[in-house]
Amino acid sequence: MLGVLVFTVFPVIFSLIISFHKWDLLTAPEFVGLKNYISLFTDDLIFRRVLENTLVFLIVLVPSQTAISLLLALALNQNLRGMSIYRTIYYLPVVTTIVAAALIFQIMLDFDYGAISGVIWQIGDWLQLPLQPPDWLNTTLWAKPAVIMLTLWKNVGFTTVLFLSGLQGIPAALYEAASIDGANAIQRFRYVTLPMLSSTTFFIIIILVIGAFQLFGEAFILTGGGPAYATMTVTQYIYENAFKFFRMGKAAAISWVLFVAIFAFTLLQVRLQRRWVYYEMEQ
Amino acid sequence: MQPASKGILRSLMPHLFLLMGCVVMLLPFLWQISTSLKGPGEVFTYPIQWWPSSLNWHNYAKLFEAVPMTRYIFNSLFVAVLATGLELLISSLAAFAFARLRFRGRDQLFWLYIATLMIPGQVTLIPSFIIIRELGWYDTYQALIVPGAFSAFSTFFLRQYFRRVPRELDEAARIDGASSLFIWLRIVLPLSKPALAALMIFSFLGQWNSFLWPLIVTISPEMRTLPIGLTAFQGEFGVEWQLLMAGTVIATLPVIALYAIGQKWIVDGINLSGSS
Repeated sequence: MLGVLVFTVFPVIFSLIISFHKWDLLTAPEFVGLKNYISLFTDDLIFRRVLENTLVFLIVLVPSQTAISLLLALALNQNLRGMSIYRTIYYLPVVTTIVAAALIFQIMLDFDYGAISGVIWQIGDWLQLPLQPPDWLNTTLWAKPAVIMLTLWKNVGFTTVLFLSGLQGIPAALYEAASIDGANAIQRFRYVTLPMLSSTTFFIIIILVIGAFQLFGEAFILTGGGPAYATMTVTQYIYENAFKFFRMGKAAAISWVLFVAIFAFTLLQVRLQRRWVYYEMEQ
Repeated sequence: MQPASKGILRSLMPHLFLLMGCVVMLLPFLWQISTSLKGPGEVFTYPIQWWPSSLNWHNYAKLFEAVPMTRYIFNSLFVAVLATGLELLISSLAAFAFARLRFRGRDQLFWLYIATLMIPGQVTLIPSFIIIRELGWYDTYQALIVPGAFSAFSTFFLRQYFRRVPRELDEAARIDGASSLFIWLRIVLPLSKPALAALMIFSFLGQWNSFLWPLIVTISPEMRTLPIGLTAFQGEFGVEWQLLMAGTVIATLPVIALYAIGQKWIVDGINLSGSS
């Protein structure tokens, strides 16, 4: 218990204090008030870039991962033979080390000789067309999609298993009742599955939003945050400020901005959930 | 279309969809294994080679000569095993206290625990680093093991499970004169095996795959865990992709094996944490 206090509660307060200082770990910290925070939002162009990147990752990753894993879970929930084999395969990337996953993607997305480029060049040769694969890792346009692909590949199994367990909790009697009332498959999905699944969906969206804010290893290893900061995430920016440039105060300030952002987004969703999340208890 | 064939088509659709997904999921693993066995001239070729012309198993031997792989593997195992054991011990004791013991400020302390769950790890990163540095633990095993062993999530998870263990059992034991420690060890823990197993697998996976923290608190090659060793290797020998992929295979195999063995507990664990 003391441990949690030493490694969590105390650091939180300590980190807030650091964020009001200028400190390089070598000389004594100097109190600068809110300066770290103010400069982040006024004259730090990289930080603005980092926020834009985070917003893009958030807007793309949350809906796409939710949709893909819901589709996969619906397909898995058909009482298929071999369901557990499918589930195992979809979960494999989740347990894989992010370092390994990112390195594999790095070689697969290589512009000249990667597997993806190779396939595209090959198709181009066959069709006699000058097909040009995207230069995933070296252009600002394609670096974000590369990070997004890696993140989806790595994490989609986790949310699929969550959705699947949600789907399996829906009583079959509800579907039977809906069928008797003449509901077709789409109506059953719209009026039985979606409402009964809404608390699972709510939980998944919350963790996906938090995950998008905290993205790190994916971009850090795959693209190093580049090119031209196109995939720099908040966490990497904290890491670089603290451990490359030894700006502890600034790094702590960024971590508090991140905390407040996550907190605000989560609170917003908890507020919004009353409109769309259905709880059986209320009935 | 005949109704019967329509039915078959409908039942095949999910399989087709799922199989396509499986190809996407497995392709990177295939590419990883195939690259790790390629000869030096076969990695970057056009047209691409899906499978090496001959299996170069000696890539793995070369990898162990090029970098201190044995040391990396030992570090990763040592840290993951000790941190997992310590985490289970500490969080099960704390969870027992929260679930069963009565003491002043218990509920307030519990809410403080829960509140820390909301705080992203990035906030505590810098202060934790400074604490490690002040303790003189920088670049040591303690730095890799100790901070990770205190987990509010595990405590919360176990507390929820412990509360399902019937209280009559420990009351009966207490009447027979059993101490709290005895009840924890002999009654609550044995009855919570599924939760402990799930937690053990999760935290082992987390420790084995951990990247940011070891990156920050280690500097010398002797202290590198596998993930850090692999990224360092990429920096030093960036061109030898077949060796690097062999390294990622070694880093991936144990977790996949563990997952294959512990799948049942993992799925149950996800469901448990989803419902609690």
